[in-house]
Amino acid sequence: MGKKILLKGNEVMCEAAVQAGCRFFAGYPITPQNEVPEYMSKRMPQVSGVFVQAESEIAAINMVFGASASGVRCMTSSSSPGISLKQEGISYIAGAELPCLIANVQRGGPGLGNIRASQADYFQAVKGGGHGDYRVIVLAPASLQEIYNLTMNAFDWADYYRNPVMMLSDGISGQMAEPVEILPYKPIVDLPAKDYILDGCKGRKPRVVKTLVLRPTDGLVTHNEHLQEKYKCIESELSLCEEYETADAEIVIAAYGITARIAKGAVRLARKKGLAAGLIRPITLWPFPSDAFADVAETARQILTVEMSHGQFIEDVKLAVNGTCPVEFLGKGGGWYPTEEIILEKIESMVAASVTTAKGEL
Amino acid sequence: MDRQETRIIIAGFGGQGIVLIGNVIARAAVIENKNVVGMVSYGAEMRGGTANATVVISDDEIFNPFVSHPDMVIILNQPSLDRFEPQIEKDGLILMNTSMIKRGPQRTDLKCIKVDATQIAQEVGNLRVANIVSVGAFIEHTNLLSMSSIEQAIEDLFSSKNPKLVEINLKALHSGAEQSHCLQPVGRT
Repeated sequence: MGKKILLKGNEVMCEAAVQAGCRFFAGYPITPQNEVPEYMSKRMPQVSGVFVQAESEIAAINMVFGASASGVRCMTSSSSPGISLKQEGISYIAGAELPCLIANVQRGGPGLGNIRASQADYFQAVKGGGHGDYRVIVLAPASLQEIYNLTMNAFDWADYYRNPVMMLSDGISGQMAEPVEILPYKPIVDLPAKDYILDGCKGRKPRVVKTLVLRPTDGLVTHNEHLQEKYKCIESELSLCEEYETADAEIVIAAYGITARIAKGAVRLARKKGLAAGLIRPITLWPFPSDAFADVAETARQILTVEMSHGQFIEDVKLAVNGTCPVEFLGKGGGWYPTEEIILEKIESMVAASVTTAKGEL
Repeated sequence: MDRQETRIIIAGFGGQGIVLIGNVIARAAVIENKNVVGMVSYGAEMRGGTANATVVISDDEIFNPFVSHPDMVIILNQPSLDRFEPQIEKDGLILMNTSMIKRGPQRTDLKCIKVDATQIAQEVGNLRVANIVSVGAFIEHTNLLSMSSIEQAIEDLFSSKNPKLVEINLKALHSGAEQSHCLQPVGRT
């Protein structure tokens, strides 16, 4: 095991990106992700990379569009309002099938909101956000070591599928510090040659990277069909999930990211009280690990969705569970976060209610 | 609450080096191969406003990074005592910088470490090391981490910046350890 060093979540993500060969970063300041441009401004010159503090979030995402088209591993980061500004660019990059990493260190919304942590950008991240039928691979780490590992994987998956990847972090995960083992980068997939990049066409046919496809029937329709096929392939190959104490669990908490981490503590408390609780945590939010959720719904009596929003993630949980068992909800937006005790209380009330129901049936 | 973890809040004025205390303690915990999560209050902070940091240390996996009811608090000024004293777990521990806090804790169940941190820092030669004086007192009277891990953490943090900072901070650390005392809970019979 390598040496562990103490870093903030935002810094961990940057170091992993640098280790994975990211050599272009463009961003614009916003709390709570400011450690990202700060760290990158120091690290990029050390590895002969490029750091740009862009004039706006929109400029930054379009610089990433250009960097990716030229074949460089690249990323941008922001927090919720800034990510909203980037949506046009993300749609273009997805349309042009270019790889890149976009980090959203979520804060409270809507609007300018506040600077506390939130998970209210779930819909925006997994359902599109920009225009057109496109998908972005969305990752939801729950520890700083996982931020490190997934950031490295993100660049591989982006290159492998030629698709943007979003790291859906939050203000807590970004700001908290934890010891992390800085592992050397090793690709987790066989990386295809970048035969689409614009790196000078001397001696070969010119290439074009574009998102405007005016011909409908044999142009944009075909392109969309191709994209959908790719997305189906990603869905079948890349859905990641962690289960904790679900085997005999009557109540299974569904949560992702930092919320799942706190929920795990609640499961531990519930188990100590003799309550059969468990946790299912998607690591990829898109593709959503629907099969794992469907399996859990077969054995669980109830599912409790916990999220730091007023109910977005729960819609995907319900789609996956498909009515097999009831799905309860605990969550708020605007900077609220759950404690282990609040989640435990909810579990206890669900147990009490199910006992009452069972008696009623008699 | 039944916990294997030690949950700490550090609080004082912005500019008193609250964040650095958290950083030193967290780094020492990493040196001892413990799990640790550190967090700093962030946002519209400013010099002279209140600042606080939290550290959770455990031999097991840490789930909840937040500290709402600390087992131990390190308090460097009066407003922070007023704010955090009610939140401390029963039979918890409080460290007070008596240079800037004139009244003792109102609760009778708390173990209390008293250190004249600002005064001692002045004697050491720099007012700004009052935070490390407090760390010295804290480590001396708790079984949480060893003094040598704290020394190592201070060296790691300052040696690349300025070797003189290592020297004065180590002096502050030891002065805090020597010139502090720990009172058992007054409520204990």
